[in-house]
Amino acid sequence: MRDSAGTTVSLVYLARLREAFGAASERIEAPAHVNTVGSLRAWLAARGGAWATELAPGRAVRVAVNHDLANADTPIAPGDEVAIFPPVTGG
Amino acid sequence: MPVRVQREDFDVGHELAALRDGDPAVGAVAAFIGTVRDVNADSSVSGMTLEHYPGMTEKALDAIVAEAKARWNILQALVIHRVGPLKPADQIVLVGVTSAHRGEAFAACEFIMDYLKTRAPFWKKEETASGTRWVEARASDDAAAARWQSTTKPVP
Repeated sequence: MRDSAGTTVSLVYLARLREAFGAASERIEAPAHVNTVGSLRAWLAARGGAWATELAPGRAVRVAVNHDLANADTPIAPGDEVAIFPPVTGG
Repeated sequence: MPVRVQREDFDVGHELAALRDGDPAVGAVAAFIGTVRDVNADSSVSGMTLEHYPGMTEKALDAIVAEAKARWNILQALVIHRVGPLKPADQIVLVGVTSAHRGEAFAACEFIMDYLKTRAPFWKKEETASGTRWVEARASDDAAAARWQSTTKPVP
């Protein structure tokens, strides 16, 4: 059952974004209205600085929720792991 | 294991022999090996480091292999991708596919690489004379992956 006070979500930052944000991971208590990838992105961008720069609309950012690639509409629930990373460059 | 993420180098002959497994139903073996170049975007590259997202990497590669098996009539598929520090001429990735006939093996092998390039959570950081930099994703990789969205099966 969702905590009415918000939602604890684990965030993971990878590759160049880890360097830009200065953190590999964090746990957040997001407000209840932050319940999709898109709303989470906007909420993080509102922090300003590198967050605003890297997560601005139109910037090429990929997101995975619980290890599955997600899009802006993908829901986020308490206990989820959300990873934010640049377009991949393997192979 | 059909999908492996590892720091160690791999022996292509050994891996393909294991993939074929002496199975007489196999008539075709297709393979791709990706290797480190010493130049990228007009800069000379002295080395690179492959980062990945533990927990998602194997899951993403498994999904790509599963999709290849669903789309083409192939027998076995193998993906080995290295992570960690690499030097020019080092091997990075091996994709191997077996099938009865070559059409499916070629197509599935190329598909797996095109999807790996756009969906598998790896990132390259390369060392150049002017410092280290993260490799940028290429539009050509997205285009290569997109063309599989309207492909028909090859004639067997």
